[in-house]
Amino acid sequence: MTHTPAAAIADGEFRGTGDGLPAAEGLPARDGLAAGARAAIPYGMASLLLGFSFGVLARPVMGPVPAIVMSVVVFAGSAQFAALAVLSAGGGAVAAVVAGILLNLRFVPMGIAIAPSLRHGALGRALSGQALVDASWALANRGDGRFDTTFLLGSTLAQYPAWVLGTVLGAVAGGVIGNPATLGLDAIFPAFFLGLLVAELRRPGGRTAGAVGAAIALSLTPLAPAGVPIIAAALAASLGLRR
Amino acid sequence: MSATVWIAVGGLCLATAVIKAFGPVVFGGRSLPPALGRIIPLLAPALLAALVITETFGGDRGSLVIDARAGGVAVAGIAIARRAPLPVVVLLAAGATAALRAL
Repeated sequence: MTHTPAAAIADGEFRGTGDGLPAAEGLPARDGLAAGARAAIPYGMASLLLGFSFGVLARPVMGPVPAIVMSVVVFAGSAQFAALAVLSAGGGAVAAVVAGILLNLRFVPMGIAIAPSLRHGALGRALSGQALVDASWALANRGDGRFDTTFLLGSTLAQYPAWVLGTVLGAVAGGVIGNPATLGLDAIFPAFFLGLLVAELRRPGGRTAGAVGAAIALSLTPLAPAGVPIIAAALAASLGLRR
Repeated sequence: MSATVWIAVGGLCLATAVIKAFGPVVFGGRSLPPALGRIIPLLAPALLAALVITETFGGDRGSLVIDARAGGVAVAGIAIARRAPLPVVVLLAAGATAALRAL
């Protein structure tokens, strides 16, 4: 976990997070972790609200304890919402897991993207991969094909407790607030992703890739199971070959 | 029901761990073709744009719907353009969506 992105700095491509936050250039691992955690605080606050809405929605379907355990051991918001949707529609465990897998498949291209930036052995790399969540991955993207994996881990360490705490609060207190849709909590996810997307659109080629990815997702949503349109949108990144 | 729930929790836990480990284990520890260095930076805008679309317009059973969420996300877009911090952005999105639903 002590990889310092010296090569990225030497390339002169080492940039901030797109939010005007300083990058953890050449700092010791502990400082890289702290920089990642600091950069992720706003996303952690959003995770708290998302976890809360998951807890509220999951409580009547799964019961409070399984809902909390799921957030502790799975820690993948969109997959958990997808699995919950299947369960609340009366679907079985296998269908719920498959729905979650489809939404999680985007972590395959994300994992391939960080692979060249990981230096340790196979087991260490498998563990590093567990830190993958959307916001951390996007924040650690240095834009030259490299990822600051210490920064990524720090970002995730800031979001994980927020996600779990939010779920606990929602699962315990959820009975009081009723349907979280009346509070508009279902708009938090797209707003969260929009915040991450806007920083990415500033990269060279980012706007075109984003537009094509959006078009792919729009056109496949009515045709393919949930999750598939998102992974198919990854194909838009091949536009990078044109340059 | 309880067994179904616990099997779903355990199954999704295992599957998520395997999926997150896949790229680092299979593609790590060796250099990738240079073309990938041009593709990888654009994965983020492509995937995030797709997530915005599916989370904003995705309805039941693969339908596309325009509902109160779209208004909330539009408000989020304005807030982001005005450089509001993310917690403010998501709260404004939730508030606008709730207000549209209450109309």
